[in-house]
Amino acid sequence: MAKDHQSVWEGDDTLSRPATPGDRLFDKLFQGLTFTFTLATILLLTYILYEIIGKALPAISNIGFSFLYSTTWDVNAQQFGILPEIWGTLYSSLLALLLGGFFGVTIAIFLTQDFLPHRIQVLLKNIIELLAAIPSVVYGLWGIYVLIPLIRPPADYLHGHFGWIPFFSTSLSGPGMFPAALVLAIMILPTVAAISQDALLAIPHKTKEAAYGMGTTRWEAILRVFLPTASGGIFGALVLGFGRALGETMALAMLIGNSNKISLSVFSPADTLAALLALNFPEASDYEISVLMYAAVTLLLITLLVNVAGAIIISKTGSGINR
Amino acid sequence: MKKGIFVKTAASVVAAAFLWSGAAMAADQIRLTGSGASFPAPIYTTWFKQFSRANKGIQVNYQSKGSGAGIRDFINHTVDFAASDAAMNDEEITQVKEGVQLLPMTAGEIVLSYNLKGVDSLNLPRSVYPGIFLGKIKKWNDPAIVAANPGVSLPDKDITVVARADSSGTSFVFSKHLSAISPEFKNSVGFGKTPHWPAAAKLVKAPKNDGVSATIKQTPGAIGYIEYGFAKMSKIPMAKLENREGKFVAPGLAGGQAALAGAKIPENMRVWLPDPKGADSYPIATYTWMLFYKKYKNPQKAEALRKMVAYCLDEGQKIADRAGYIPLPAKVVEAVRKASANIQ
Repeated sequence: MAKDHQSVWEGDDTLSRPATPGDRLFDKLFQGLTFTFTLATILLLTYILYEIIGKALPAISNIGFSFLYSTTWDVNAQQFGILPEIWGTLYSSLLALLLGGFFGVTIAIFLTQDFLPHRIQVLLKNIIELLAAIPSVVYGLWGIYVLIPLIRPPADYLHGHFGWIPFFSTSLSGPGMFPAALVLAIMILPTVAAISQDALLAIPHKTKEAAYGMGTTRWEAILRVFLPTASGGIFGALVLGFGRALGETMALAMLIGNSNKISLSVFSPADTLAALLALNFPEASDYEISVLMYAAVTLLLITLLVNVAGAIIISKTGSGINR
Repeated sequence: MKKGIFVKTAASVVAAAFLWSGAAMAADQIRLTGSGASFPAPIYTTWFKQFSRANKGIQVNYQSKGSGAGIRDFINHTVDFAASDAAMNDEEITQVKEGVQLLPMTAGEIVLSYNLKGVDSLNLPRSVYPGIFLGKIKKWNDPAIVAANPGVSLPDKDITVVARADSSGTSFVFSKHLSAISPEFKNSVGFGKTPHWPAAAKLVKAPKNDGVSATIKQTPGAIGYIEYGFAKMSKIPMAKLENREGKFVAPGLAGGQAALAGAKIPENMRVWLPDPKGADSYPIATYTWMLFYKKYKNPQKAEALRKMVAYCLDEGQKIADRAGYIPLPAKVVEAVRKASANIQ
């Protein structure tokens, strides 16, 4: 080992040499390439925005803001409003975030705080990340054939006994908000868990030692010290998960019931913007396409707002990694 | 060294690409592309596959994207022919300067499938099923349903209506029929590819035929509309519907053919059967069309298309019943054959 080390400094066996013209050229080219790709991504995004907004303009000028707060979607009467879809998108994503966020962060704690032997930790981590590789449509089918029959008895019980609570005020007919939110929670789980794990792993060792040095128990250390320290990263994970939930399409289109309805009840069918877009595009007429583009712009804006809000929260709380 | 390998690989890839494209160009093939309706897509793809096998040198590609998309492609001239469950309206036809020849190629039925344990046969009167889809009749043991089904014990269960979530020709045909038999349905829901279904807690929508049939299967007390072929394939029970003459008819070949027999084919080949006549007719049946230009730049293409139509009429109709479609009546086959001469 030591000998190897020395050989770098001795004789002409050295590994270091001045850059050849070829190296410099390569360097330049590589720089140019990365710059072009970065620029291309930004241009692409601008172009997509231009396309979407351009196509949406006829509908925007025709319907105006009432599009956002009216509740009818009637193609035959050419009346369009997406308040139920905005509600459904936010409600389903929020429910998914509550469930998926809780489990995701819990899993992250479990897998990073030495509860398990290292090998099993790695194994579990990979298995959870595999969840992200399952196609959306498979989640949808699984939801229809497995999840809905499974949650029907508890849902009927909740509706029967606690029907006075607005959340359980309708009976579950099959597809609806609850199965959709559950599947959505599973879909965002890997994102939330993976990023939260990174945040927890990035806590400086000194902080950990200091916490235990103060005589905290393991749970005190986790809840009072580690979680607050990693809170920035965990918030980031939640925001990303929420963003993913907002845009999820196919599984929701299959599970949410696609009903143009605003209801607090989690057993009622609802609709989301992404599902509306996916299901109506193929057969849409020119004007309808414009209306759907308007809905797409709305979804984009919601996602943007969520991301900006997330960024602000993260910068306000400060990333645990930097502290 | 590494660079050498890379260059060699790249060169061989490029060479292979040239060779491949050369080979593709060498074969003198006629490629026909079509797009449109998903309802007849299963039988069309079978027809086209068999047709291409029987006629070396003609290849037909069909993309099932939906009737609306097919018409759009047809107007934009991105395809050689299209298919649509809603034919083509006059406004759309005027946008095609070469002229349009509509040809009904097959016909289908739409059935009401349901999920009720222990109920193998269900009669639905004309006054009832529009009411179910309007959300007016909410329970399976509604007196109107019980009265039409003597001897059947109907549960005290909520009816969950399953409709199509995506825009579709199936919805168009079904809502057209309901509008024809129920003025109330016509006024509040109306007909179209996306009817304005009432926003009720017991009305859910699922995408495509598979989505609707899966949802019906998984939801006790559900009822929904799907294509006959699909219901037959997935073995879901189908309701007998009361037709115009007051008879309950089960969906199937006999009821479908009787429904088609009652309608005359006009010059433009566009005929609707919103409420077919005849005592044995199943009430919800429809033709589905292929759309052709009257004038093609390439005469070989026009000839190939005429050949294709002839094949579908002669050989194609034979497998229609097995695939869950209704074979065209002999009169209609002759009328279509005559009209196909307009494809030039």
